Amino acid sequence: MTGPVGRNPAEPNPAEPSPTEGSPAEGSPAEPGSAARPGRDPGLQPERTRLAWRRTTLSCTVAAVLAVRAALHRGSVTGYAVGLLACVPCLAFLALAQLRIRALASAPVSGPRPLPARHAALAALGTVALAACAAVLVV
Amino acid sequence: MSDLVRNVRSWFVPEEVRGEGSTPDYRFSLANERTFLAWLRTALALIGGGFAVDQFLPDLGRPWRVGLALALLAAGVLCALRAVDHWVRCERAMRRGEDLPVSRFPALLGVLIAAVAVVMVVVVLLGREG
Repeated sequence: MTGPVGRNPAEPNPAEPSPTEGSPAEGSPAEPGSAARPGRDPGLQPERTRLAWRRTTLSCTVAAVLAVRAALHRGSVTGYAVGLLACVPCLAFLALAQLRIRALASAPVSGPRPLPARHAALAALGTVALAACAAVLVV
Repeated sequence: MSDLVRNVRSWFVPEEVRGEGSTPDYRFSLANERTFLAWLRTALALIGGGFAVDQFLPDLGRPWRVGLALALLAAGVLCALRAVDHWVRCERAMRRGEDLPVSRFPALLGVLIAAVAVVMVVVVLLGREG
């Protein structure tokens, strides 16, 4: 990943892709992020951000699957309950990512608004909740 | 301490951050957001590692297994909380036109993970012999 100020946006990018070419993973019509529009960012920043959200939801899903596996392995009623509980932050995270991806896709040419701090805090607290479920399952 | 309280407040009252300075180039904000997400993935990977230690090292003694798993989970929690904190501070610094905050967290996390890795190697080797 690049750092916070890894790229000078004023720098012209000679390798500007044609607007109809999306990044490889955006073939699904459910994500209208790649709509051709004039003045689109040659650095594909919104697209990269969208894919970063996708990767993060994938990581979250893996963690939730491991939680369910641990719960099944444990085999007690408490275990099942905590395993189910661990899926809640994962679903919340998916919803949050969907919201953000929509916002990125429907942003004006002037660029999308920054991520709301509440959403960032929610994402982090979801991760903490997952860790708490994990701690209960492990001990 | 009051700094910490103010930072945590600004997680939930974004208007406070937005009220300061001027809006930076949106590409900087998006890069900051991606860095935040990368840290969040690191946190999730640490949590996954905690599960993995618990589930995939069944021969390990229970105290070791639980201890290592809890250490990884705690590192995950720390990483997630620090991710939001750093994101907010970077966002604020960019709005004010200040330098980005420096942090010794990456170094600390690196040392911690190296320590956990060494302990795991030793424990697994001893466990195999014993």
